[in-house]
Amino acid sequence: MSDEAVKIPKALDGVGGWLDDRFHGARGVRVLMRKVFPDHWTFMLGEIALWSFVILLLTGTFLALFFVPSTQPVVYHGSYAKLNGITMSQAYASTLNISFDVRGGLLIRQIHHWAADMFMVAIMAHMLRVFFTGAYRKPREVNWLIGIVLFTLGMLEGLFGYSLPDDQLSGAGLRIFEGVLQGIPIVGTYLAFFLFGGEFPGSAIVPRMYIIHVFLIPGLILALITAHLFIMFWQKHTQMPGLGNTEKNVTGQPFWPYFLLKGQAWFFFIFGLLAVLSTFAQINPVWLYGPYTPLAISSASQPDWYMGILEGALRIMPSWEINFLGHTLTLSVLIPFAVPLGIIFTGAALWPFFEQWATGDRSEHHINDRPRNAPARTGTGVAAICFYGILWAEGANDVLADRFDVPLYTITWIARIAVFVVPIGAYFVTKRICLGLQRHDESLLTHGVEIGIIKQLPDGGFVEEERPLTPAERAVVAAKKVPAALPAPGEPDANGVPAPASRGVMGWARGVANRAFTETVLPPDGHGNGHGDGHEALGQPEHAAVGAGEPAESGEHDGEEH
Amino acid sequence: MSEIEEPAGTAPRRVIGTPSPAPVAVDTQEKPAEPPLITDPTDKAHASRAERLVAALFVLAFLAGCGFIAAYVALEVGQSNIPAGANAVDAVFRSNLALGLALSVVLLALGTGSIIWVRHLTPNIEIAEARHELKSAAKDRAAFKSEFADGAAVSQVTKRPLLRRTLLLATAPLALAPLVLLRDLGPLPGTALRYTVWRKGLRAVTLGALNPLRPGDFQPGSMITVIPEGYQDDDNALAKAGVILIKLEPGQLNFPNRYNGSTLIASMNWTIDNSLVAYSKICTHVGCPVALYEQTTHHILCPCHQSTFDATNGAWVIFGPAARPLPQLPLMVDSDGYLAAASDFPQPVGPSFWERG
Repeated sequence: MSDEAVKIPKALDGVGGWLDDRFHGARGVRVLMRKVFPDHWTFMLGEIALWSFVILLLTGTFLALFFVPSTQPVVYHGSYAKLNGITMSQAYASTLNISFDVRGGLLIRQIHHWAADMFMVAIMAHMLRVFFTGAYRKPREVNWLIGIVLFTLGMLEGLFGYSLPDDQLSGAGLRIFEGVLQGIPIVGTYLAFFLFGGEFPGSAIVPRMYIIHVFLIPGLILALITAHLFIMFWQKHTQMPGLGNTEKNVTGQPFWPYFLLKGQAWFFFIFGLLAVLSTFAQINPVWLYGPYTPLAISSASQPDWYMGILEGALRIMPSWEINFLGHTLTLSVLIPFAVPLGIIFTGAALWPFFEQWATGDRSEHHINDRPRNAPARTGTGVAAICFYGILWAEGANDVLADRFDVPLYTITWIARIAVFVVPIGAYFVTKRICLGLQRHDESLLTHGVEIGIIKQLPDGGFVEEERPLTPAERAVVAAKKVPAALPAPGEPDANGVPAPASRGVMGWARGVANRAFTETVLPPDGHGNGHGDGHEALGQPEHAAVGAGEPAESGEHDGEEH
Repeated sequence: MSEIEEPAGTAPRRVIGTPSPAPVAVDTQEKPAEPPLITDPTDKAHASRAERLVAALFVLAFLAGCGFIAAYVALEVGQSNIPAGANAVDAVFRSNLALGLALSVVLLALGTGSIIWVRHLTPNIEIAEARHELKSAAKDRAAFKSEFADGAAVSQVTKRPLLRRTLLLATAPLALAPLVLLRDLGPLPGTALRYTVWRKGLRAVTLGALNPLRPGDFQPGSMITVIPEGYQDDDNALAKAGVILIKLEPGQLNFPNRYNGSTLIASMNWTIDNSLVAYSKICTHVGCPVALYEQTTHHILCPCHQSTFDATNGAWVIFGPAARPLPQLPLMVDSDGYLAAASDFPQPVGPSFWERG
């Protein structure tokens, strides 16, 4: 194995032997030790979420030792003098106690809150990475769905968590949550009454949120993370395109000792960053907000970032409400509550299957796409980011109005229009950028890299020197894979009959989607560098049209050619 | 079927797949191709420097860890533990700074040390692991199917529909039981959301000071929050019964009687002297208190989602997501000259709900 073998200490050897006698682990654990972890910075995003969750469990357990989940009123006589003598719930009083009378309590509370925000940021960043690289494709659709459920659970977990202290800010958030529940048709009023144990605010909601927050949802999240990691382990990681990376292998460094050390380092870094934030950047100073009372409110009340999209959606809505047959359908609550997140989560959940349907590609994918090589997907992703981002920013429209000195209603009107227009524009702009980058890649493959040396030709012209791509660079750039084009709607196939699947409305829709997914830049010479699979064979006219843009482009290049 | 639909997509996969009938060779655990993990880095001097650096970072982590414990012991928090006259809030922030700084150094030093260790002391190797199609071999699938079918046959479940159906029947109530058990989580809504504690003659008192008010106490342009007398400690009552009183110049307040169906919901007759009007403080959108009042425009603004209501016009919605005006509370002056409700709100206050109609 090595030039200088490490002698296994006798005690460790003995323990290992004892365990192996009972569990037959040597062979399996040996495989685990050599499990390959690909090395790419984007693969650490999900890990941030994992370590944040571990930190949440550790800090949350500490907080639970001191927190009293009760709305029982008490008169406060703790160390925060400004609230001395005020009647407040035990939940709020015990949160003050954690902050002001428990050593390290404020630090742990702030780490807990920062870790929750980090957890959600990391999940979102991880999901965006997975989306833009196509890592959700077969066989990883189930893990993609688990990820969406985890994000949703994280939102609910966070909402209940920051509502527990029963302070003025989170109480207003709970009031909104209750109002939204009431807006759900048919069952909404009952849901609200059952969750709150009657009318708002009641005294049941804090202990109920507590058990949901510390037991039910964390248990679900833990189970789903376990499943997520097990599936990832079982299916092996994806990898980015690169020299020696194929669909039949996974390259990287082994778990023992490389990933163990790196994972440990990453855990310490994330924990360290959270500690730095919690030391220097105050978060959720509940003592400044005061205890919750139903008739007080402060302006510029914002929820934690991951609820911002719901807040923005509520703010952006016009006042729509329908009354019929003695019932009220309050669209100005229902639409913001259900539609934006419904579009994003349902859209994300259906996307892998939509892509399979549109491309007809049922094969396994283990090499990730570079975002530019899937313009329709990348465009859709950027459109979704814009849609989410506008609603999210609108959630702070009062702050924006104040900071940028723009009338509040103007900001809301801008957002009302932008939320429809910007995503559509972003889709097309992104797609064009992707195709432009593909063109650049094609020129890299055919001409090489410009190296900054200008040569004067005997006839007086200038050319820039180029060097060919190295094999490693070429492996990345040439990794483009475009899905095969399906026959156009109603177009006869080789046998002169339109394919059954291309008929009707669904056939038409599939054709449109297929053309979007297969849109690409063909190599200037028209015959591909071994990666334009199947286009010519199918003789897709739409492709010819897209490709037809190319000669002009390549013509320019031709002019530069020596 | 898929082969017929997508000859281009599937055909190459099968071509590659079929001529490799020797997955056994790939699968063998004893495959000698795995590169050995070489233990020693090639550049010994560089490695020694890295080792010293990592060790220094770990020592730093140790010292900072000791500092954390020292800070915990030395920096007390809580009014009863700190010297008399010292500020408890300052003590907490001092403790937070010391503990947080020490913890940050421990963790970042450990992280930095670990990463230098793996980057500079372990050789940079890359190994490849073979990957196989996840789909089971056809014969395994077939064997699974037949064994499953055999089991189903042995169990008789396919042959005896009576057993199958009665089993399903037996479990149905059990599956419903958890839902039934949740029934007592709360009372049924009934008409609770339609009414507040306001009733004829119930005085309005200021929030906080609990003073009753006379019509003469108001200056034009003023706005004040009032609550029903005697309910200051009842959050459930207050969450619906909070009211804003707005005093306007005579003549500014001007709106027609408004009806919802046959119910009168807004009327000048419910104001005092056509200049003092009472509206629910609970936003009709999702229930935030509408707390902002702009004197010059007479707009009432909800700070949560910016629903804006016109105080001079029956709290009509002029912007934002709220779909209905703030309900008006009919006012009267009682026999002692104090402001009181003339009745409950004529319509439900707060957010809409399905049964509202």
